[in-house]
Amino acid sequence: MVSAGSALAHELAAAVRDPEMPMLTLADLGVLRDVHVDGSRVVVTITPTYTGCPALATMRDDLVHTLRDHGYADVEVRVALHPAWSSDWITEHGRASLRRHGVSAPGPAARPDGPVALSLQPTRRRLTCPRCGSDDVGLTSEFGPTACTALYRCTTCLEPFEHVKEI
Amino acid sequence: MPDHDSAYDGLLESDDSHWAFGTSFEDPLAGVDTTIPDGVDAHALGEYALMLGDDALVYSHRISEWASRAPDLEEDIALANVALDLLGQARLLLARAAAAAPSLVPALPAGSPVPPEDALAFFRDERDFRNVRFVEPENGDFAVTVARLLVFSTYRLALLQRLVGSRDAVLSAVAAKGVKEVTYHRDYAGRWFLTLAQGTEESRRRLEAGLRLVWPLHDELFRTTAVERTVADQGVGVDPASVADEVDVLLEQVLSMSGLERPDVPPSGGVGGGTGRDGRHTEAMGRLLAEMQVVARAHPRGRW
Repeated sequence: MVSAGSALAHELAAAVRDPEMPMLTLADLGVLRDVHVDGSRVVVTITPTYTGCPALATMRDDLVHTLRDHGYADVEVRVALHPAWSSDWITEHGRASLRRHGVSAPGPAARPDGPVALSLQPTRRRLTCPRCGSDDVGLTSEFGPTACTALYRCTTCLEPFEHVKEI
Repeated sequence: MPDHDSAYDGLLESDDSHWAFGTSFEDPLAGVDTTIPDGVDAHALGEYALMLGDDALVYSHRISEWASRAPDLEEDIALANVALDLLGQARLLLARAAAAAPSLVPALPAGSPVPPEDALAFFRDERDFRNVRFVEPENGDFAVTVARLLVFSTYRLALLQRLVGSRDAVLSAVAAKGVKEVTYHRDYAGRWFLTLAQGTEESRRRLEAGLRLVWPLHDELFRTTAVERTVADQGVGVDPASVADEVDVLLEQVLSMSGLERPDVPPSGGVGGGTGRDGRHTEAMGRLLAEMQVVARAHPRGRW
């Protein structure tokens, strides 16, 4: 049963923002797995997007600060490694927010059944430029400024943009 | 709620947990089920996690040397991301090693804030590192780097795909995550391999030379140690010999598409009868560790 106190803690944790893509909350990003309240103690469980994601420590600090500021004396943040995060977990709200901020949202992630096939061709994604809507875009790099994004360039409006990778 | 308008705001907060040791997650495996599965030799499991973790750590450090020096900005970012993914894997694997086999962790002065995975990374000597020698040599030029990354990521992806089935919950979770990451690394290296092979005469010449340079240490990737045999028998690890054929087929695929021959060079012999997994390393390893460890060793309390 979700008590009033637990709902508040969940709401607070869900509204904490991703430090690398601040247009997304942790709930939008799909990394918030569980918020458990026991009196003034809260245990929040999150999942890393990438194993080495440096944002994880900041997310943890932000969760602790936010919940403490709202009177939860004892805040623990746990990391759930399994199941591994997938870009499919980004919510519809999160996807709309990404697009509004000029970032292209991920398509459905591949779910390999059996060995992962080697791909020697550039990754083909059907994307549209989040700024001008043109589908005349080109990949400049599979690796962007954060672990979870790739870099694209729109050949119509000539602006570069980031695309959140399917993983 | 923190203000994200300025990247510097975070630096002004009183919480100093961003710095050096104790970077907020004291235990990266907090909340993860670290129970040793029934019938598993905990010490062997720890030693095995150390092997996989050291491969990732040492190679991550090596690749990170490209930061600010790659041929262009995109490759700079790509290689930094590859290094970061491997560092993330290393952190979890070293933490797993420490939890399963605490005797592997070097002793530090009482009161030291250094967490076990950092103690393993920064306070072990060369002979205690268990990585394959393949990941140690200097990067060389971009073609050498591409050749090495293709071979290593093909090998690691094959290993991790099998490790997903590990009875150890931590190794299985790290592997499942790692598969997604290393798939990108292998594709990146494969595409550049093809591009360099089909580029100019000079790029092809350099790629051939690069492949020839990295090849002698490639056999060592598939040599099974006693530890690997034990963990494979107990259902928590993967015998590297079991991925040799798959890796070979994939590399052959890239080679034939590139129109390159498999290098005809003999494998490197061991050092005093041992290889990287036994703590016998190449000359480059000492210098790599010196650079990687110097700050931590000079400030074992994480204060200056």
